[in-house]
Amino acid sequence: MTAVLDATNTRTLTYAEAVREALGQAMEADERVFLLGEDVGTYGGAFGVTGDLVHRFGEERVRDTPISELGIVGAAVGAALAGMRPIVEIQFSDFTAQAMDQIVNQAAKIHFMLGGAATVPMVLRTPGGSGTGAAAQHSQSLEAWFAHVPGLKVVMPATPADAKGLLLAAIDDPNPVIVLEHKLLYKQSGPVPDGAERVRLGETAVRRTGGDVTIVATGVMVSRALEAAETLASQGIQASVLDPRTLRPLDDQTIVDSVTATGRALLVQEAPKTGGFMAEIAARIVESSAFGHLRAPVARLCGLDVPIPYAPQLERAAVPQVEDIVREASELVNRW
Amino acid sequence: MDLTKDAAAARETLRTMWTIRRFEEAVDDLFARGLMHGTMHLSIGQEAVPAGACLALREGDYITSTHRGHGHCIARGAELDAMMAELLAKETGYCRGRGGSMHIADVATGNLGANGIVAGGVPIAAGAGLAVKLRGGEQVVVSFFGDGAVNEGAWHEGVNLAAIWDLPVVFVCENNHYGMSMSVGRAFKVQRLAERAAAYGIPGVTVDGNDPQAVHDAVSDAVHRARAGQGPTLVEAVTYRWKGHSKSDKNLYRTREEIESWREQDPIARFERAVAGTLSEVDIAACRDEARDRVREAIRTASAAPDARADSLTDAVYAGSDR
Ligand SMILES: Cc1ncc(C[n+]2csc(CCOP(=O)(O)OP(=O)(O)O)c2C)c(N)n1
Ligand SMILES: [Mg+2]
Repeated sequence: MTAVLDATNTRTLTYAEAVREALGQAMEADERVFLLGEDVGTYGGAFGVTGDLVHRFGEERVRDTPISELGIVGAAVGAALAGMRPIVEIQFSDFTAQAMDQIVNQAAKIHFMLGGAATVPMVLRTPGGSGTGAAAQHSQSLEAWFAHVPGLKVVMPATPADAKGLLLAAIDDPNPVIVLEHKLLYKQSGPVPDGAERVRLGETAVRRTGGDVTIVATGVMVSRALEAAETLASQGIQASVLDPRTLRPLDDQTIVDSVTATGRALLVQEAPKTGGFMAEIAARIVESSAFGHLRAPVARLCGLDVPIPYAPQLERAAVPQVEDIVREASELVNRW
Repeated sequence: MDLTKDAAAARETLRTMWTIRRFEEAVDDLFARGLMHGTMHLSIGQEAVPAGACLALREGDYITSTHRGHGHCIARGAELDAMMAELLAKETGYCRGRGGSMHIADVATGNLGANGIVAGGVPIAAGAGLAVKLRGGEQVVVSFFGDGAVNEGAWHEGVNLAAIWDLPVVFVCENNHYGMSMSVGRAFKVQRLAERAAAYGIPGVTVDGNDPQAVHDAVSDAVHRARAGQGPTLVEAVTYRWKGHSKSDKNLYRTREEIESWREQDPIARFERAVAGTLSEVDIAACRDEARDRVREAIRTASAAPDARADSLTDAVYAGSDR
């Protein structure tokens, strides 16, 4: 399903501003909502996302923490259990590794383990992705880690509007939600609704419709796929571009419907190929009724199976670029 | 050793500090001119800590370093051109352009790595100390980390392991007053970070981190204890970072006056005054000029080197021929 934006109520914001607006609106609307994380206060966040929120809501609700990721996430789990609506910022998604026990063994499972008697309504926002020269420990795309854990919801907004709307929905959600933002998207602008409209978790967005090939992409790959689709169109190839937006829950039906129509699927992710989330989408396609409509093998275009290197030309070579998507898609269409 | 009275030691200390300063000023400049990419964490103002600490080490000793690691690398005797080449993303860089500033390390000088993960090096230092102990060697490990690292779980686990097993590790905290924007005053209830040592049953000392002599004395004592099998020590060196945390820092969390007051305690200027009776003006100027010339030469050599090659990326992930 495509999210329909009411053009009269939108203005242009950057992705970072859209996140900040959602945080501000959620804190205004609900006193239980508060933020905690490293340098989210006066510094305004490592990527400037929380900005001036500390001046609007004070240091109690926009809470700077020591460098203690496990403690931060654990404190959020505890506060959520005790009736609050904490939103954690982890400066780089790589540092969720420090907090993994609280995310995976605690937050994800408490509701189930306690037989439904308790809930953990918390949000963990964190930027992933490469492209800034920050090298191997500051550039990973770890969505598959989280998507593999029952009990977590996993969100990957690709546009400013979704950065706001999905975050608001995540804050409402009674479960722990991991929101994987992308550092290269923070400065991208787009139309964003004024109000606090939610974008429901679990609805794949159809960003573009074309009959020859379905390109499924996440995160920063969505805008690259759309750019590639323009080039492909000039070559006579019409591509649909689908953005799942949430990996858990996953709206695979919209993907299956599109692949049923086009007969070809190119799945694009920044993360390394092996064990990546696009393998899950590939499996959903071939397990579905779309299988009989396939005119080509399901294709994946992914990051190389390497840590992200520092040198700019190496970093570029490690993850799919627009021209790679164009090449793979046209090969898929022309060969099959 | 008296670094101010012994002419050779005075010269070496001064040279090391000037080299770190000039190297990082050059990096800052290259970055500002768009000739260097990524992000940089500069240790300008903190040079006395690596200079004083590494003088207490021998060949074969190890260090673990941090995201702010140029100084540690230089003080252990790394080649400036391979460092500069790394930062300029060249094939001749220490990490073949794969690591950059945050992972810079000259393994040949016992540097087990700068680290992009705060406190990441602390348990690694304990492990290197364990290796030394298991082999029955005489080496020691110096683990550098910032004040911010002291609140990570990894720090506590690493220090405790070293403590209970009497490992030959010296934990050197570069307390520069801030972890990014978080002041030590807000992040800790203890007055001195060295107090944390008591929790692990090891000695903890706090020293003036802008005085290479004070750092050297404390680290030398700790190194002696470590070599003698008496286990680890925590040395807190109090210093100050002049530049922003990284390139995104707008310095909103501290005042201009505070920065200025620490610039007045410049560890290099202080040391130059302290060695005035030992080294002549000419000697001191020579240390300065040598540092400048070496850095210039490193930029020249590194700039002429070939860019890091993208063709062999996947080959570089696993060690050994069996990929
Ligand atoms: C586990 C982890 N959390 C957060 C960060 C982001 N970060 C990098 S350096 C830094 C501050 C570190 O402070 P400190 O240890 O005092 O060292 P300093 O930067 O002052 O030298 C932070 C928060 C990180 N790199 N790793
Ligand atoms: Mg610090």
